[in-house]
Amino acid sequence: MKFLNEYRDPDLAKRLIAAIAQTVTRPWTIMEICGGQTHSIVRNGIDQLLPPEIELVHGPGCPVCVTPRETIDRAVDLARRPGLVLCSYGDMLRVPGSDKNLLAVKAEGGDVRVVYSPLEAVALARENPERQVVFLAVGFETTAPGNAMAIIQAEREGLENFSELASHVLVPPAMRALLSEPGNRIHGFLAAGHVCTIMGWRQYDPIADDFGTPIVVTGFEPVDILQGILMTARQLEEGRHEVENQYSRLVRPEGNPAARAAMEAVFEVRDTEWRGLGVIPRSGLCIKKRWRAMDAAVKFGLPRHRERESGRCLGGEILRGRKRPADCPEFARACTPEHPLGAAMVSSEGACAAYYRYGRAGNHPPAAQRSR
Amino acid sequence: MKQTIPGLSPLPAQEPDNILLAHGSGGRMSARLIESMMLPRFGNPELNLLEDQAVLAVPGGRLAFSTDAFVVRPIFFPGGTIGDLAVNGTVNDVCVSGARPLCLSASFIIEEGLAMADLAKVLDSMAEAARAAGVRIVTGDTKVVDKGACDQLFITTSGIGVLPPDRRLGAAAIRPGDAIVVSGTMGDHGMAIMTTRKGLSFASSVTSDSAALNGLVEVMFRASTAIHAMRDPTRGGLAATLNELAAASATGMIIDETAVPVRPEVRAACEILGIDPMNVANEGKLAAFLPREEAPKVVEAMRSHPLGRDAAIIGRVTAENPGMVIMRTALGAERVVDTPLGEQLPRIC
Repeated sequence: MKFLNEYRDPDLAKRLIAAIAQTVTRPWTIMEICGGQTHSIVRNGIDQLLPPEIELVHGPGCPVCVTPRETIDRAVDLARRPGLVLCSYGDMLRVPGSDKNLLAVKAEGGDVRVVYSPLEAVALARENPERQVVFLAVGFETTAPGNAMAIIQAEREGLENFSELASHVLVPPAMRALLSEPGNRIHGFLAAGHVCTIMGWRQYDPIADDFGTPIVVTGFEPVDILQGILMTARQLEEGRHEVENQYSRLVRPEGNPAARAAMEAVFEVRDTEWRGLGVIPRSGLCIKKRWRAMDAAVKFGLPRHRERESGRCLGGEILRGRKRPADCPEFARACTPEHPLGAAMVSSEGACAAYYRYGRAGNHPPAAQRSR
Repeated sequence: MKQTIPGLSPLPAQEPDNILLAHGSGGRMSARLIESMMLPRFGNPELNLLEDQAVLAVPGGRLAFSTDAFVVRPIFFPGGTIGDLAVNGTVNDVCVSGARPLCLSASFIIEEGLAMADLAKVLDSMAEAARAAGVRIVTGDTKVVDKGACDQLFITTSGIGVLPPDRRLGAAAIRPGDAIVVSGTMGDHGMAIMTTRKGLSFASSVTSDSAALNGLVEVMFRASTAIHAMRDPTRGGLAATLNELAAASATGMIIDETAVPVRPEVRAACEILGIDPMNVANEGKLAAFLPREEAPKVVEAMRSHPLGRDAAIIGRVTAENPGMVIMRTALGAERVVDTPLGEQLPRIC
């Protein structure tokens, strides 16, 4: 696979690991923002190969993990309505709501369908004019442009039976919130490469300046991640705090203007709740009034659901990088991908699920046992 | 009688109130369904071994007996149909015991309204697959149900085969030090189905590997009679099969990421969908466990057969980490290969 194999080259990876080891003189804690990066790190065993000075903590960049329970409850509410088709990306189906998840609603007869693109949901609406089709539009800046395009397309076609239940979140406000937490341990960030493909990296400059924190826009393959770590470590050792771009094969400073324009046409920024983290000011997107007819929350008059998070889940602490999955007393005991107590155990990008799948051989000790 | 399903973590069983699709996925939830619903009611020495087939002692020798239901959608897909799948799947479940498959039964549940031409096409493919495998379809049944009561066509086949006296295979025979061999590329069938269902044109070159393995099995036994166990890694893929056998044999397994054969187009489709080829179904591949010193000549013999051209040694059985499958990554780290939970759900991004 061209453009993938080059970034999985074991020899190049080993050279980068050696360079990181030569660079670091003291302990540094680096957070990778994106769940895709967490998945790649754990799947390839990158954390096992790093020098002990580098501690990776896993950030909140898993859309499945941070989508508030209320959104799941609202989707469950919709999926139970006769004649309504609820479309979703696959891994949202297993996320526990207050009562049940979408897979369970499907088994009870709800029409829940997995789609690969929001435009598939638009096509379903076109082909089934007698039925209401709702797309569960979640995710970061990466999925927002596609979801915006679906709304624009549906309006263009005059589809009155298409709407979106939107719950989008934005990365930079979450980084600010994490850095502002008392007791923050994060020295540097690997920013999420695909988010920056859309948004560019200029919006990270003020964060690096305000908090004195290096930020390296990083890709997802082993060589990308190791190079991102090396660039971050060099900045930390040299006392610099800049935004650097490791993922230059895809990320331009200004991002993707067409995608940003679609997003800005359909969505507007608002205060948003992150599952496990709480409400973060101006950290999410909602559908603008102009497109209200396609906002499922308005169209179906969905009630607010009260958040009832399991008291046993340490997901919030894990998403903040304060705890590691194995620190949680329920990890791999009461909480498994089969019976998740929290969302971080659901998606394969969730830190807990990644550790559960790939890390039970005893090679991922809890933070307290790690040598610092 | 307490039965434990291979590959299950010791969790309290919390069955949902309804059957979920994941209960049929070949992963952890399928295993749990068998443990909680089937074994308490039907348990017996043959069934409890939970092999792909039951081996029955009969006067004058041993028979292998297996059954499988086929509900694949769509019923026609690149590289096969529900019909050849129904023949090959049961032939494979019988022959991985070392048995020589003899004959099959076939039961059809047909949805009212199915095109006669489609049925003919399916039956033609079954007849052709049976001829290729050297088995006969000797008994059967046909039911037609109301429109909507099934999806076009469901087929159940059962098969019997005769075990030569010197072949005694099973999970219990797997030993630390055994080599782990696969007969070819992983994930072809599941990816062919998934890409057809979703109309992913970039993956149009992926075809199902649906094939009967009994000819290949005979070639393997001619090279060595010391084969300890074989399985065909269908639903749940190689990950589910290795985990089941690691648990059932109380051994550990370590496999080398770079040694597992995967077609570039399958790997690419998996990348895009966010799915691991280790978890994707095969319908014409087997995994074999045999003494390390026997492995090279068996692999060489396999490579001489059309269905074993890409055969490879992918790892070994260990005494350490019993019940666990570990993959050595291309970077030289180690990670656990877990049993897939349920359905393969594509990732959001």
